Amino acid sequence: MLRILHQIFRTGVVTEPLPAEVEQEIAEIGARLEDRIRKKFHRSLTIREVDAGSCNGCELEIHAMNNAFYNCERFGIHFTASPRFADMLLVTGPVSVNMEIALKRTYAATPNPKIVVAVGDCACDGGIFGESYASLGRISNVIPVDAHIPGCPPSPVSLLQGIFRAIAQ
Amino acid sequence: MNALHERLVAQLGEAAMQLEDLRPADVPLLLVPREQFNEAARTMKYQEARLVAEWASDETLLAGGYGIYACFSKGSDFLVVKCVAPEDDPAFPTITRKYAAAYRFERQMHSLMGVTPLGSPDLRPWIKFEDWPEDAWPLRKTFDSRTRMPRVPGDYRWIRAEGEGVYEIPVGPVHAGIIEPGHFRFQAMGEEILNLEERLGYVHKGIEKRFEALSWEDGARLAGRVSGDTTVAHSCCYCQAVESMAECTPPERALWLRAIMLERERIANHLGDIGAICNDVAFAFLFFQCNILKEQIVRTNFQLFQQRFLKDKIVPGGVTVDLSDEGIDCMLRELEEFSKKFEQLIVIYDNNASLEDRVRETGIFSMEKAKDLGTVGIVARASGLDLDIRLQRPAAPYDIIVPRVSVQQAGDVNARVWVRIDEIRESVRLLREMLYNLPTGEICAEFIPPLSQASGLAFVEGWRGEIMYWVQAGKAGEVNRCMVRDPSSLNWLGLEQSIHGNIVPDFPVCNKSFNQSYSGNDL
Ligand code: SF4
Repeated sequence: MLRILHQIFRTGVVTEPLPAEVEQEIAEIGARLEDRIRKKFHRSLTIREVDAGSCNGCELEIHAMNNAFYNCERFGIHFTASPRFADMLLVTGPVSVNMEIALKRTYAATPNPKIVVAVGDCACDGGIFGESYASLGRISNVIPVDAHIPGCPPSPVSLLQGIFRAIAQ
Repeated sequence: MNALHERLVAQLGEAAMQLEDLRPADVPLLLVPREQFNEAARTMKYQEARLVAEWASDETLLAGGYGIYACFSKGSDFLVVKCVAPEDDPAFPTITRKYAAAYRFERQMHSLMGVTPLGSPDLRPWIKFEDWPEDAWPLRKTFDSRTRMPRVPGDYRWIRAEGEGVYEIPVGPVHAGIIEPGHFRFQAMGEEILNLEERLGYVHKGIEKRFEALSWEDGARLAGRVSGDTTVAHSCCYCQAVESMAECTPPERALWLRAIMLERERIANHLGDIGAICNDVAFAFLFFQCNILKEQIVRTNFQLFQQRFLKDKIVPGGVTVDLSDEGIDCMLRELEEFSKKFEQLIVIYDNNASLEDRVRETGIFSMEKAKDLGTVGIVARASGLDLDIRLQRPAAPYDIIVPRVSVQQAGDVNARVWVRIDEIRESVRLLREMLYNLPTGEICAEFIPPLSQASGLAFVEGWRGEIMYWVQAGKAGEVNRCMVRDPSSLNWLGLEQSIHGNIVPDFPVCNKSFNQSYSGNDL
């Protein structure tokens, strides 16, 4: 136990200040958003992540948003296990034929108003997988999409910016 | 002639014919009569060879018919056995009765290529879902990849356990956390799991078919997206296969840079896994700490290679990014710092009794089962099997800088954690050696696409374990077939076997300790 305390003490606060231009952008959007989040999302934005056929690369970066460097919880972003509590769906991958039904069900189970964000090149335009017998391509081919975050995969910083932009709309 | 080759020739005599078109030349390719395909498998089984992969290729535009292939290995010996199923009778004798792991390979061949394993105990679709038309065989040449798959009514037959007090828990495909989709069905009695059946294929994107439409160069980008967490190892394996068939030798420095990227990928993923396992047994502290270290590794990747996961840096002929002398110094300093912090975390892991209680003797996967199922990688090494392609088929620089392989005997969650811990330490040592001795010179050779009908085979030890690619050129020098075998195709079978008799709440940690890829399996 002492060792753990010692390690906590030594590590200190690792949450880094984000790069200057990013910090500024977030500060700007953040100010406009605060009010909205309070009214619309009760101070916290709850996200359900849906892998609709991704290569799992996008998931790595979505996970990274939770690490101590980005610590997205400090912005009021929480991930939930159930779509029923979600304000936002973060959807990755081209939609595989075998995930189409599950994606539509998850969408239907998410209460209105909901925001759908397509994460990654595949989700935005089908990426290298395109459209085929097994892949339906971009997310908007299957469910309505409100915002896009391109990148392969998008970095945690782009993800944060994209999410902020999506709720600022 | 290697021992497996010798044995098979002795057994089948004249009937086994050696073909010359597979590269590298030290892996023999033997054509056997179709009726003797399972006899060949039996001979391999007697030799205690493991089944590496089994697959089919549509060769109707080449020599004709469907090529049915199986790759076997024992120690450093590898052998590929082939038979041909004619177009008007696309069937072959199953080898599932000799090799349990073949049952999923064969279901997949049956589902996607429409070749029937005669005598197979299980012909349910795999990867292909029951709501696809039965005669839709996407890997056939006559199948247009742009076909819209119509949905038809159909049911999946789950394996059932019945009896008083037995209940069923279906989970997925969408899971609670930020993880890939798949479906698990448990039969349990009280808290105890009697049986687990996986149903995968949800993220099938038609990757193997997609390779056939891409250039040789773009294939490397697609390989880097088979399983995003293994982008380095997959693109490396694809490139090795096409380089060997094109007789292209990348410069020495490129091979070393690839190995540096591979070891960095190993460290990053192992850290994530150790953290996730600790998190599942309610030890969030190590989860956060491991993820801090992981983030630092990917940040250095970005700083030195301009890409956090080293995606698209490996191309046919070499690599696209070099490491400067300052870069080398920077990485050496990073490793120094990293080791110090990592060792502190390991002391904490090692001294935590409540943690130990949850990971010891949980999810035991025995060596016999691992052998039977052809398990590879970390999972195999945690169950006492000494398998590592970096040793069995050492490519530069692993022929000079030889990894020390960590093997544990217990086969439980704890053993799978310790293999990862040891491998992180070992990767740090290998990286240092590579950085000190990095040869000078070019980083990319000219890549001239392979001749028509050549085929190439390659293996790479990714962080999960052995990856295999088999690539075949068509008549016009295009890609006729690219077979991808992620370690997950074999190791998912192991998870099902490790869970019997465990309690339901221990499934998540067990699953994390395997951490197989859905995307790499479903393709
Ligand atoms: S955008 Fe890139 S990382 Fe994300 S799912 Fe597609 S290929 Fe993978």
